[in-house]
Amino acid sequence: MLRSIDLMARSQSLVTNARGEYAILSRADREALQAGRLTSEHARFHDLLALGMIERPGGGGVGLEAAAERTRKAFLLDGPALHIFVVTLRCDHACGYCQVSRAATGAEGFDMSWDDARAAIDRVFEAPAQALTVEFQGGEPALRFDLIERIVLEIEQLNEIHRRNIRFSLVSTLHHLGHDELAFCRDHQIHISTSIDGPAPLHDRQRPNPTHDSFARTVESLARARAVVGHEGVAAMPTLTRAAMADPKAVIDVYRELGFASIFLRPISPYGFARKTRRAIGYDMGAFVAFYNQALQYLLELNRRGEPMVETYASILLRHIMTPFGSGYVDLRSPAGAGLGVLVYNYDGQVYPADEARMAAESGDRRFTLGTVHQSFETLMSSPAMRWLATGAVAEQLPGCRDCAFVPFCGADPVYHAAAHGDPIGDRATSDFCTKHMGLFQILFGHLAEGDPETLRTFTAWAFNRARDEVIDAGYVPQ
Amino acid sequence: MTLGLALHTHGKISGVDGVRILKLLDDDEWAASPLPSHQRARFVDDGWIGGDHDEVRLSAPRDARVIAAGDVVRLREGSSMVSVVWRRGARTNSLFATERCNSLCLMCSQPPRDEDDSWRVSELLATIPLIDKSEEQLGVTGGEPTLLGDGLTAVLERCGQELPDTGLHVLTNGRNFKDATAAATWIRAGGERTTWAVPLYADVPDIHDEVVVAPGAFDETLDGLYELACNGAQVEIRVVLHKLTIARLPQLAAFIYRRLPFVTHIALMGLEPMGFAKGNRDRLWIDPVDYLAELTTAVFHLANRGMAVSIYNLPLCVLPKTLWPFARQSISEWKNSYPAECAPCVVKDHCAGFFASAGPAWRSRAVRPLQYEDLSHEMA
Repeated sequence: MLRSIDLMARSQSLVTNARGEYAILSRADREALQAGRLTSEHARFHDLLALGMIERPGGGGVGLEAAAERTRKAFLLDGPALHIFVVTLRCDHACGYCQVSRAATGAEGFDMSWDDARAAIDRVFEAPAQALTVEFQGGEPALRFDLIERIVLEIEQLNEIHRRNIRFSLVSTLHHLGHDELAFCRDHQIHISTSIDGPAPLHDRQRPNPTHDSFARTVESLARARAVVGHEGVAAMPTLTRAAMADPKAVIDVYRELGFASIFLRPISPYGFARKTRRAIGYDMGAFVAFYNQALQYLLELNRRGEPMVETYASILLRHIMTPFGSGYVDLRSPAGAGLGVLVYNYDGQVYPADEARMAAESGDRRFTLGTVHQSFETLMSSPAMRWLATGAVAEQLPGCRDCAFVPFCGADPVYHAAAHGDPIGDRATSDFCTKHMGLFQILFGHLAEGDPETLRTFTAWAFNRARDEVIDAGYVPQ
Repeated sequence: MTLGLALHTHGKISGVDGVRILKLLDDDEWAASPLPSHQRARFVDDGWIGGDHDEVRLSAPRDARVIAAGDVVRLREGSSMVSVVWRRGARTNSLFATERCNSLCLMCSQPPRDEDDSWRVSELLATIPLIDKSEEQLGVTGGEPTLLGDGLTAVLERCGQELPDTGLHVLTNGRNFKDATAAATWIRAGGERTTWAVPLYADVPDIHDEVVVAPGAFDETLDGLYELACNGAQVEIRVVLHKLTIARLPQLAAFIYRRLPFVTHIALMGLEPMGFAKGNRDRLWIDPVDYLAELTTAVFHLANRGMAVSIYNLPLCVLPKTLWPFARQSISEWKNSYPAECAPCVVKDHCAGFFASAGPAWRSRAVRPLQYEDLSHEMA
């Protein structure tokens, strides 16, 4: 099936097929193609014939084309590969965008019990994926590092029999990680990621801690962590509020100064904070797209000047565009990652299909609960919640998505649409998820269509995870 | 190894009934050899003597350098021709499977002949045990080897038995692999040691079929490649670079990456001016310096995506330095040469050089001996 969309920044159209192959055509050529009037004398005829956008009489290569489609969706056979343990909901920060997924440090009843943790470990190994990621979240998970250690050791011991490839990751402010904890992370290859929201005043305003020095403590902790786990062992990402929108460079410059090789630009999620707060820190998704466009320009300029800073989300989207493979990225795929790619084990033993589902549930919406950690993987996966969310999980079938030329690179987010619109299918016209991705794909394809050689070098380095100076020449990039 | 050393010479031959394949051995090796005496010869006085009763004699070769101890030679009753079917120490050795082919490529360096030459199978089966067990890589070429049918299976199985540590490199147009049963049989016989090298000249049928002069070949080759992939075979894609293939080379690179991501190597090959290529010069010839843009963009497309890509048969002086890491010394010694003007070139020892058959009509205008100044200047 062919899908097309006009590229806003240019007088061109994008045409895509089900395998995620694309052609950028003039609007007239796109019309001729769709009307079946594009003939063999046309300069783009062979391009479109090779992509299968014009039917070939011979019919050979059908097996290869089908294999390419299967390859792109091969992640489905793995089932959930990301398993998130919310070991505690307690946290010493009181961030505005996180009201419902935290509890005070002294509060009781917000830690995961060993009984629940042990049951969740069994669920992890019931998932069919050979490669598994186990992530620790909170709250501030470092407040229960003892539990993290016990879970890691238990998983490692069980894995002597199961023989999976397991990666660990920890989402933490870093503040509570001392030398011993960091050494444990190093020795068990636990990758750490932290939050840095921008320059100190911005960060401290958004992420208040009791001593009002979150930024300073984060920077100090970062140095301590890097000394133990290595420079590459810690990644960071900002949560971008309205206050950050005005100055993309300021946020990126903080990451440069702190020596990060990448930044992951993502908007605040619409979950987990009160409507009142949303008015204070939230923004229209169109504003985020404009911010992203400026930020990307700045990052491309840095790369052009020889400073290889990566924007992680662009690298994920470009992988979807430039490779024939699925990226395995659970937050942007079809069928959606919710439940099919991720399971979240909450501190109270409830199981959710996504972190966002947990937050929606914390706000009182219980429809998102798959069950408890003591139920079998099969029971959780066939739960009413999973069946409900699955109705909005296949982007290629969704109204508004099924005709969109970006859909081979995009995904479905039934959890977001259920939370925001009341049902997993949702309404694309008012969907922030859609606005964001339409905007970002327009920006990226605008650059691909423009074809600036230095931008293409940067995109190639990002998409294929290479050092930029290793990419001597972008080589052929399809138009 | 001497460049340009032929694989044939003539000599004084006696005692051969029909055809005899012989392993030539020096005295020590001859004495220790487990091979049946029927199939080996040793050097005595002024010639090679072999067979069960020392009945075969080979002496007075016209070019004495052509045959040496360790080589496997073919002698035929009533002929003075000595053919080296396997040469010890050569960069490349190939088993010649058949002269028949189901394609008729415009640039074929080994034009096919439509004669029944299935007798070759038994000769190959006799040759394989005589090859040194230490051989790292052995080619199987033609013609189209799959036209041997079960004969190809037998040859591959014999290689597996006699040369378990030798990699096999089979040149095939892949068309006959569209038959899933035949494909599975050959691939199983070849085993993990075998790489199937399949030419693909475009990402669209009309250009590929024009080059191989066989309507429908493109579709058959794609279906053959699919069967190769399904059976877990190692596949190399070969592209001969000439006027008809250059125009879509970058798009072909993208097609290979997206539709054939399983291939283990892509060889982009300068044209060999032999066979049909000579008669089709006007349709094929393009000076390599005039296709560097297409070549560069195709090579980097593949290399950036982690695909192993090589440039064959092009001299370094024609290539920009960014492509040097991909250039290989790919021309078989027996047809390889360097003209006299290359003598002072500082990178000659790393250069593919030229086909001995390449006359002035096939010479790039960019050919020149490089000096140290050339290297430092462009690197600055």
